[in-house]
Amino acid sequence: MSDFRTPYPGYDVLAKWASPSWNDQTRQVVRERLLNIPRPRFFNEAEWSVLTALCDRIIPQPERAEPVPIAPFIDAALFEGRGTGTRFAEMPPDGAAWRQGLAALDAEAALRFGGRFAGLTAERQDAIIAAAVAGDVTAPAWEGLPPRRFMRGLVLLEIVAIYYAHPAAQSEIGFGGSTSPRGYVRLDAGRFDPWEAGPGIWPDREP
Amino acid sequence: MTGAVGTVSRDAEEHPRAVEGRAPDVFSRDGFVPMRQWPEEEPVDFAIVGTGCGGGIAAAKLAQAGFSVVAFDAGPFWRPLADFASDEREQDKLYWLDERISGGNDPISLGSHNSGRCVGGTTVHFQMVALRFRPEWFAARSRLGYGVDWPVDWRVMWKYYAEVERACSISGPVRYPWGPPRGRYPYRAHPVNAAGLVLARGAEALGVPWSPMPVATVSAPRGKSPPCAYRGMCKIGCSTNAKQSILITYIPRALAAGAEIRDLAMVARVETGRDGRVCGLHYHRGGQWRYQRARNVIVAGYAIETPRLLLNSASPQHPQGLANSSGTVGRHLMVHSNHAVWGEFDEEIRFYKGPPLLAVCEHWNYADGDPSRDFDGGYAIMSQGPLPIDYASCLVSNTGVFGTELRRRMALYNRMAGLKIVGETLPQPENRVTLAEETDGFGIPKAHVSFSYCENDKRLFRHSLRFMDRMLRAAGGRNLYESEATAHLMGGCRMGHGPDDSVTDSDGRTWDVPNLFVCDGSLMPTGGGVNSSMTIMANSARIADRLVALGKRGEL
Repeated sequence: MSDFRTPYPGYDVLAKWASPSWNDQTRQVVRERLLNIPRPRFFNEAEWSVLTALCDRIIPQPERAEPVPIAPFIDAALFEGRGTGTRFAEMPPDGAAWRQGLAALDAEAALRFGGRFAGLTAERQDAIIAAAVAGDVTAPAWEGLPPRRFMRGLVLLEIVAIYYAHPAAQSEIGFGGSTSPRGYVRLDAGRFDPWEAGPGIWPDREP
Repeated sequence: MTGAVGTVSRDAEEHPRAVEGRAPDVFSRDGFVPMRQWPEEEPVDFAIVGTGCGGGIAAAKLAQAGFSVVAFDAGPFWRPLADFASDEREQDKLYWLDERISGGNDPISLGSHNSGRCVGGTTVHFQMVALRFRPEWFAARSRLGYGVDWPVDWRVMWKYYAEVERACSISGPVRYPWGPPRGRYPYRAHPVNAAGLVLARGAEALGVPWSPMPVATVSAPRGKSPPCAYRGMCKIGCSTNAKQSILITYIPRALAAGAEIRDLAMVARVETGRDGRVCGLHYHRGGQWRYQRARNVIVAGYAIETPRLLLNSASPQHPQGLANSSGTVGRHLMVHSNHAVWGEFDEEIRFYKGPPLLAVCEHWNYADGDPSRDFDGGYAIMSQGPLPIDYASCLVSNTGVFGTELRRRMALYNRMAGLKIVGETLPQPENRVTLAEETDGFGIPKAHVSFSYCENDKRLFRHSLRFMDRMLRAAGGRNLYESEATAHLMGGCRMGHGPDDSVTDSDGRTWDVPNLFVCDGSLMPTGGGVNSSMTIMANSARIADRLVALGKRGEL
């Protein structure tokens, strides 16, 4: 798998910051997100090292000198007790599930490769994540925590919710971004308002 | 309980706004409108728990008829113009995020797409689809041979659909292709966006009708509402007030008619007197427990909180919970199956533009004689327009994709289109809400929700996946993948024909307690194959009129 390339190089949802697409409250939310990265308060050091390694593999950002921060917002949500609305009956409460799951990823790393998760190569980390996503893990530390549900119903959801809330992530997919109050006029396929991203670069569609 | 979620206007999540004789003016950035207040010690005519499709409408219509009304909502009282941001994560503050425990063979996700927690309820974040039931569904057992019959005639419901469609200024097509004629929609249909035209192409290729969607956002100015600007943020709360939610339609009418709204007021228990009748309710607001006396109580907390409250209101006279002598409270909970097929297109669709669901195909709600039909009930197919986080959530939870491949697939966001069903599930007694042993931050037992699809439900969504696969390919989609989810909640306190297998009569009056009523989606005996909002609203408007009529006859 080659590195990620955005179809929309040069497009930045923040370029519209001072336009009618942004209002004060949206600016307040995004400014807070960009400037106030929470410090870890929920996870301990060992958990934190697994968590950051995990986030790096779920959303690898090798092209960025300053990657979009993800782990700090997971920690903050758990510290603040921000709910998700659902706890699956087969799962522990969110905070306990995260702690156990991170420990179980570490235990799986020891079992398969004789090391700590955070110290493994990217390929080996990916192998463990893929196994957990498929429910195909064996470390006893998973007892009482269904790995597939943990990964798909909690970990991946939380990580994409944080990543795609970031302007850099929204820019790379060509999303229109904030629309407060200006929305859109051109609603047809292949037609764009001047305040949207221009047409993307699509290698599979080169003439 | 979950603390303040948002960054903007956190005060609204922390301190009640509707106090001291005034309530937020939802059409202003920081203004108020006068609000009548009713004392706690004197019984009000109606104490209403919930202010959404059920409670909001009941509060307005009962206050307009001259009754004293206090309506309680667990959530904040927002002013959309000042409090809502164009940001998915910020707007999580609209949802019921307190923990519910979800079990069964097919446990449902709860929160963002099926539970609201603010004045106006789920309509503040609903996607505004304004469809009517097929007439036969109100007599599903006797006319179609499945489910149960509603204790209401479809022609009565038809009249109330028209009433709530006018009240919410629905924008819809001149001619709707399915079902008996319905009058003109008050506002003209919106233009169909590219995502909707994908559905149109697929339908035309397969030889089935499609239609522009009737939706509850205005296509021309209406009062203080500007026309919809096609921002595409409907699911996270409309910040221009084009969306005709209960918050900006019935709530202002309720206030103007003399109803009191109490925001950030979590009702824990309905109190019963020695005579077995209800006499008031216990609620938490402003940091303390309070008690409101009432002549009648209407529970309108939707399909989980309504059963939870009734079950938690057990008393010596009602040891199994209020209105639960038949053991029916909490049972027959239904969802809509929300299975979808997604595909890549050559051109850029950009489904973030416009209301997310602008085209519909109800063919399979009406095609009774089709030989491929191997299920009871029906489903509607709708075009899709998820915002990035919503779409990413669907992608990862259904495929498990991660890493560079996840970023690559998300980069196709602008070329994706999808078709999704609102699929009927059958009422089953074991799909139910019960009280868990654990309690929440108020000390109230958490809700435990159990849900399993039956074989008919599975045949229905498998049929839909086959059909949508053909439809999306015919429209030009490639590299298709399927996703599963649920939407909406219905049932849990169903109305019916007798006290053995239902909780209320057709007026929403509980069989066990003559001055206790239910008025929300939990009453629905069957779910139908369309979004439930308009049916809940029409039924609530009907019940409110019945209560007024009963009051005039002295039968309350």
